Amino acid sequence: MAAQPEPAGSGERSSNTPKTIIGAVVRFAGDSGDGMQVTGDQFTTTAAVLGNDLATFPDFPAEIRAPAGTLYGVSGFQINFASKDVFTPGDRPDVLVAMNPAALKTNLPDLVPGGLLVVNADAFSPQNLKKAGYEKSPLEGSELEGYQVLSVDITKHTVNAVKPTGLSVKEANRCKNFWTLGLMYWIYNRPLELTLEWLQKKYAKRPDVVEANSLALKAGHAFGETVELGYQRYEVPAAPVTKGKYRNIAGNTATSWGLVAAAQLSGLEVVLGSYPITPASTILHELSKHKHLGVTTIQAEDEIAAACIAIGASYAGGIGVCTTSGPGMALKMEAIGLAISVELPLVIVNIQRAGPSTGMPTKTEQADLLQAVYGRNSEAPLCVIAASTPGDCFHMAIEAVRLATKFMTPVVLLTDGYLANGAEPWLIPKVEDLPKIDVNFRKEAEGFHPFLRDPETLARNWAIPGTPGLRHRIGGIEKDHDSGHISYDPQNHERMSQVRATKIANIAKFVPEQKIGLGDDHGKLLVLGWGSTYGAIREAVRNCRDRGLSVSHAHLNYLFPFPRNLGDVLSRFDRVLIPEMNMGQLVKLIRSEYLIPAESYPKIQGQPFRIEELEDRIRKTLEN
Amino acid sequence: MSQVIDQKKLTRKDFSTDQDVRWCPGCGDYSILANVQRVMPEVGVMPDNMVWVSGIGCAARFPYYMDTYGFHTIHGRAPAFVTGIKATNPELNVWLASGDGDSLSIGGNHLLHCLRRNLDVRILLFNNRIYGLTKGQYSPTSEVGKVTASTPVGSADQPVDPCSFALGCNGTFVARSIDVEAKHLAGVLKRASEHRGTAFVEIYQNCNVFNDGAFKSFTDKDNKLDNQLRVENGQPLLYGKDNRRGLRLDPKTLALETVTIGENGVTEADLLVHDESNGVIASLLVRMPRPTFPVAIGVLFRTERTTYDESLRQQKQAVVDRAGANDLEALLNSGNTWEV
Ligand SMILES: Cc1ncc(C[n+]2csc(CCOP(=O)(O)OP(=O)(O)O)c2C)c(N)n1
Ligand code: SF4
Ligand SMILES: [Mg+2]
Repeated sequence: MAAQPEPAGSGERSSNTPKTIIGAVVRFAGDSGDGMQVTGDQFTTTAAVLGNDLATFPDFPAEIRAPAGTLYGVSGFQINFASKDVFTPGDRPDVLVAMNPAALKTNLPDLVPGGLLVVNADAFSPQNLKKAGYEKSPLEGSELEGYQVLSVDITKHTVNAVKPTGLSVKEANRCKNFWTLGLMYWIYNRPLELTLEWLQKKYAKRPDVVEANSLALKAGHAFGETVELGYQRYEVPAAPVTKGKYRNIAGNTATSWGLVAAAQLSGLEVVLGSYPITPASTILHELSKHKHLGVTTIQAEDEIAAACIAIGASYAGGIGVCTTSGPGMALKMEAIGLAISVELPLVIVNIQRAGPSTGMPTKTEQADLLQAVYGRNSEAPLCVIAASTPGDCFHMAIEAVRLATKFMTPVVLLTDGYLANGAEPWLIPKVEDLPKIDVNFRKEAEGFHPFLRDPETLARNWAIPGTPGLRHRIGGIEKDHDSGHISYDPQNHERMSQVRATKIANIAKFVPEQKIGLGDDHGKLLVLGWGSTYGAIREAVRNCRDRGLSVSHAHLNYLFPFPRNLGDVLSRFDRVLIPEMNMGQLVKLIRSEYLIPAESYPKIQGQPFRIEELEDRIRKTLEN
Repeated sequence: MSQVIDQKKLTRKDFSTDQDVRWCPGCGDYSILANVQRVMPEVGVMPDNMVWVSGIGCAARFPYYMDTYGFHTIHGRAPAFVTGIKATNPELNVWLASGDGDSLSIGGNHLLHCLRRNLDVRILLFNNRIYGLTKGQYSPTSEVGKVTASTPVGSADQPVDPCSFALGCNGTFVARSIDVEAKHLAGVLKRASEHRGTAFVEIYQNCNVFNDGAFKSFTDKDNKLDNQLRVENGQPLLYGKDNRRGLRLDPKTLALETVTIGENGVTEADLLVHDESNGVIASLLVRMPRPTFPVAIGVLFRTERTTYDESLRQQKQAVVDRAGANDLEALLNSGNTWEV
């Protein structure tokens, strides 16, 4: 997230010349019917095109159609945009737009002291106040004293603005998010054109809707301009980012496209078996649109079937993939054990959510790491990797397929709800730059048995049904190392268990060494993270280093096995601190693997780490 | 491991592996295996293009003995594996061997969805009304009051009839046969092999160790003809030693009744004529209570419906026709983009 040089509403009230700042965090919050996601998307697109670096995060209510005006029906969208690198959607908003009392109540605690609060005063009716649990209107008391309050009758202004279109009051009312967006564009000195163009395209079939929303947008902007608001305006210049063509991408879209890319790069069909579950379902939805790109999707009858379908697909020569969340991965475990035993490629993507059991499905967590590494009966090793940013999901999905096919093994790719729905600008890769995935099916019958291995990778040969002369039987019963036939021989079982373990351990030879992402390769403290905590840790470490602290950041993409040099990397620091959105899972793996007293910083609130929390913890750690 | 085979001269040996068969001596599974191996050369599929898939159980050991491709998976889930196999390579000729516990207990859900989707697979359900492999617990097809290791005072649950279940799931081919009726079984297997879609075949199979004689009342030489109704498409529903017993539909109750030709003025013209495509007749036949009625065997129901694998293929083709194939570059660059 961007530094907060100055809250948007602070300081001088006179000048209308925008003041240049490094960046800002804006949160739009309203009732689920208030169109906050669209508003946020539009603000994001404009910021992106102006060249800001940015990160966004939507916060949907858990209920599908929550009753209007209630606390649990509040929908939010936060954007952090800046003229420097941005790694997270931001800890706390500098500007909060609250379209009703419920939105104010649930979001106000996050607003930075002195921040700008834009409220739709029209929505503060006795009825809405009551639904939000206010006894009297907060607009009247002293509660908002520490903030810059811009209380506007947004509904009235909007209805007036769209009058010429002749839309009903109800429909006119729906344009108030664009009025608000117009006002925000004024505050941040942004052009209206991109949103106007978008409206034209989006509602091509409803010219009256285009007209009304355009009028509302312009009116909101003009309100700032003509009413001579005494509020400071801001300018956030472009960030120095790598040249190229960009798009905004959310984690689940990136994961889906990575899988599509893997189909193209390997020349094999990706066969997805999936059962709907939050927050993974959007991958099933996205992949189902791309049947022309080497993808087959099957909505299975349950997660067990989904895993079995994927394994069946790999058996037949496709790339079996299943996408799910924690409870679904739990159901798949017996099938995953079979894939380990018969040594077939399989990719399991787990978009982690807060648990146990149903837990908090729309909230994020990283507590399935141990489930992924150890959650099966007997000795059943597989490969576990994780993505660290929304855009990284694309590359790690390709990597999962590459490893699964190269080593004939299940690979678990861990992402989480925060990555799934969070978005960032993404430098669109060129297809010809993406690494090909080499797959060789066994063809020659001479000397064949199903568990013949590549001497280097220990992967068994992949012989698919329909190949002349390679008929064979495989299954979950232990097989003889040298013939592939069923075997209950005690020595053979130990040997096979070792081979399976060694094969997975050897993957470390084929993946990149661990790098220090930020800071020196030695020092007092290394902050070691994995997954979606990347942005927050990086930002916190950067801030601490700016203040002269001896701290570095390393972030793991490969969790099982660990990168081959990780022990070395860790040994060059006096202390290792591991922040995780769980009760301390990576820290257990690190301690047991490297016998070092790594320190745990767990957070299990269904919420990502705030940068300030991390900075605090780093500082305290270095103090004692 | 395998030899190259000349398609024209396929024999049962081409479908037999050299593995030691590990069923108990006298088990009904042997005769099913022998029958299947005898019928396979007539199916017209090279062993290289055939896959046998199974779950877990005695029945599920079947793939090890077939010299085709074989996948012995996990308990109850074989239909889901087959779904993935057929979705990936619809050209493969796939068979599934399963037990009553595998198919109707742990795997009931998957069987249901396989049948309603009409996946192109032949499912052989070896019904011995017991869990064989785990040493004799009652199964979902065991009769009420079944005394087993896990039910010392008798089981409390009503059994499910596999063919009834298959019809209820909108199965497109539902048939029944018996392990010891070699010729009949071969005929049913041949018919199943010709069906496109899910061909569901229940085979009564004697587990001589844990449920010996479960089907004695209609398999014993002396009385079997009086207790087996061998249905033939287009033929009146006749049975009995002298083929004079038959089934008649009571139009008032819409129920079947057993009658004897020559008694009470009953002639062959009064009997119900079997029509494979008639789901109502099929559901009456599979639900006939014993011992009042005989056990119906043969092809009880058959209809045609697009298979799941074919639907997947058609959908894909339609999307390719509309969108063109394989443009990853276009996907990555779709929607809102900007240059820096
Ligand atoms: C997940 C799981 N649960 C339980 C078992 C144990 N198990 C193996 S076979 C079986 C029942 C087999 O009965 P059936 O399907 O009727 O086959 P049969 O042995 O009678 O041919 C059971 C309970 C298992 N293998 N896997
Ligand atoms: S236990 Fe029963 S079903 Fe299993 S092999 Fe023995 S006789 Fe056959
Ligand atoms: Mg059984």
